[in-house]
Amino acid sequence: MTKLQYLSLTKPERVLVDLGNFFRNFGKGILNWFKSIPLKLLKFWNHTLSVPFKTLEKAMTKGNWWVRGNFLVFGLYQIFHKEIARGILYLLYEVVFIWFFIRTGLPYLQKLGTLGTLSLTSHYMVDPSSGVADGTFATGDNSFTILLYSIVTIFLALLFVVLWYFSIRDAKSLYDNTLVGKMSNNKQFFKDLVDSKYHTLLLAVPLVGLVAFTIIPIIFMVTIGFTNYNGAERITLFDWVGFDNYSLLFSGFSNGGANVVGIFFKILAWTLLWALIATFTNYFLGMVVALLINKKGIKLKKLWRTVLIFTIAVPQFVSLMLINRMLDVNGFLTDLFVKFGWVPAKVSPFQNATLARVIIIVINTWVGVPYTMLISSGILMNIPEDLYESARIDGASSFKMYRSITLPYMLFITGPYLLSQFVGNINNFNIIYLLSHGEPSFSLDKKLGYGDPGETDLLITWIYKMSMESGSTKNYAMACVLGVLVFLVIAFFSLIFYGRTGAVKNEEDFS
Amino acid sequence: MAEKHFASKRFAEKSQRVLIYVILTVISVIWLFPFFYLIMQSFAKVSNPKSIFPVEWTFDNYKTLFTSDTRPFLNWWLNTFLIALATAVLQTIFVLATAYALSRLRFAGRKGLMKLILILGMFPGFLGMLVNYYLLQLLGIDGSMFSLIIVYFASSAMSYYIAKGFFDTVSRSLDEAVMIDGGSKNTVFWRIILPLSKPIIIYTILISFTSPWGDFMFGNFIAGSSRTMTSADYTVAVGLYKITDMSEFGVFCAGAVMVSIPITALFFWLQRYYVEGIAGGAVKG
Repeated sequence: MTKLQYLSLTKPERVLVDLGNFFRNFGKGILNWFKSIPLKLLKFWNHTLSVPFKTLEKAMTKGNWWVRGNFLVFGLYQIFHKEIARGILYLLYEVVFIWFFIRTGLPYLQKLGTLGTLSLTSHYMVDPSSGVADGTFATGDNSFTILLYSIVTIFLALLFVVLWYFSIRDAKSLYDNTLVGKMSNNKQFFKDLVDSKYHTLLLAVPLVGLVAFTIIPIIFMVTIGFTNYNGAERITLFDWVGFDNYSLLFSGFSNGGANVVGIFFKILAWTLLWALIATFTNYFLGMVVALLINKKGIKLKKLWRTVLIFTIAVPQFVSLMLINRMLDVNGFLTDLFVKFGWVPAKVSPFQNATLARVIIIVINTWVGVPYTMLISSGILMNIPEDLYESARIDGASSFKMYRSITLPYMLFITGPYLLSQFVGNINNFNIIYLLSHGEPSFSLDKKLGYGDPGETDLLITWIYKMSMESGSTKNYAMACVLGVLVFLVIAFFSLIFYGRTGAVKNEEDFS
Repeated sequence: MAEKHFASKRFAEKSQRVLIYVILTVISVIWLFPFFYLIMQSFAKVSNPKSIFPVEWTFDNYKTLFTSDTRPFLNWWLNTFLIALATAVLQTIFVLATAYALSRLRFAGRKGLMKLILILGMFPGFLGMLVNYYLLQLLGIDGSMFSLIIVYFASSAMSYYIAKGFFDTVSRSLDEAVMIDGGSKNTVFWRIILPLSKPIIIYTILISFTSPWGDFMFGNFIAGSSRTMTSADYTVAVGLYKITDMSEFGVFCAGAVMVSIPITALFFWLQRYYVEGIAGGAVKG
């Protein structure tokens, strides 16, 4: 289609054409991405992956015997060439790892394939004096520990290989320096630590925390999705089941008359709808409130802003539980609804799916508008005044100015923020769990191990019900499968978005 | 003719302004109402959700809160205060360190690390709680609420965005000036970036100090899993969450008021920094 043809179309037709183009280009984009994989791999091999091997080869052939010694003993060269601090750190890790690997890592790794065979349940420790089982177990296999220790061991082993390489590379470069007469000492090491290698000092603790308390748990979670672990506190043995959990969820099977896959897609649809509506209502209402407060001639700006900040200051679970109380069966808001005839008497509004959804979205604006208001106030004040000036001279109305200046400016700058809000809303646990608790329920039998999902449940609250809530049969493995699916959904939307915004890519444009 | 035109325009502007004031007043009432309701309910002798004002006024709820043995509110408050204080110190240090490293230093794997953190944020976090709890067990501190400090500050690296957005806007020529004078990157961090980033530092302290007061999820998990913990070891969020189970709404409200007052006061005292922080750093994220 030529440009002229496009321009001759009416507005709705143009929108259709744009939409068609978007999807066509989307498909093309994905195809091109796949096509570029071999080239990218080749580049990756040539520029990144082959470098370590070349370095190792050089260290072997061109280094002296001290350098070659580093292949066996970490930090050997460094320790004997006045770089004692660094050398001892390398050596220390080698010793600690080997000790850990032989004592703990290897025995657990060996059991990883079967996740243990010796059952614990029949091996209660019996107190010899009273003859009563005291509830602690005799030593036996514990699948949970086996899996966790194996993951930790694999992590430490990878680190071992990386440090092995670093120690050799370091030795080689120190050796090269001596060839041109540059001698090294400990001092330089500490000097680098606050200068050219400052990032290692700054990031060491945060990264250890990240690996231990976020990355390892996530990897663990993903692997649990391939087992039949149910989440029992007294952990017994569980087994690998491959993709069984995934196929169970998607095979559309009916269990006790309840179609779980149907519920899954219902909840997924509501989650996406909710995230979309919640993000946009908050965004636009927050912007409108900010515009009202920032309007010229309006007095007491600080007071209005302060009133809204109240909601941020009070802990969220307190205010949400209060609102929950007002919407109780006996709550006075419920009375109002009864008067309007929206719900029958003595019924909580959360028993009506549509009403419950509307209420949640309205209350979410109550929670979220103050944040967007603050953020948009900051940006609105930064919009160059002369843009408005020239628009006013040209006779633009205030609505026209809003549409052509304020909105595009805001959208451009807040693009990444909108995405993070969208993701945050997909995982917005508090508001759903504390307000409606997912009601009205699908009345799925709790014994099936899918928790007690309801019409207003998001995937995240369903996962919580499945894995943490007492009173129902837990199914931790299935919850992990759902967790992975949540991740895939979010990753899909983020990918689309990240490909399309400029503000994300040009991080240095503003400084 | 012209005069009349101006007069009508002035009238239109005036009525528009009145309308805006009306809207803002309505909004304020709506936004403040739950807190008004909270305070009223905390003085109610018998909790009656049907009425906004208490039928019978009483201080009993507050008395129960501070004297009851089954709900040692003072202990909860003190526990939470200490946890929040430690979290605020540790988390602020590590959030700022991460943000500075990612904003100002250029090293191999920087972009990769940022992408990794972005991806990690897409997983539902509480599925890892089980493993976190196990790790606390390994460290031998699972029987105490103070283990929450470790859990909170271990995730520091995940919340670098706002501080990084702020650091990105500090001019780079200042760094270069220090480097030319022979300063190290350490000097830049302590002497240039931190003194210029007062809003974001206070913002980070404020956020990390206030979040433990509202976190009932992980606290509840630790309290529920431990067999040795008594109710005196709880944090306020866990304790108050359990009160609602016991259906004593007045006591819950009284507790909520006692938690909200200090936090709100802190917020208003530091309001300027909060607004600057969120407006300056959040958007670029």
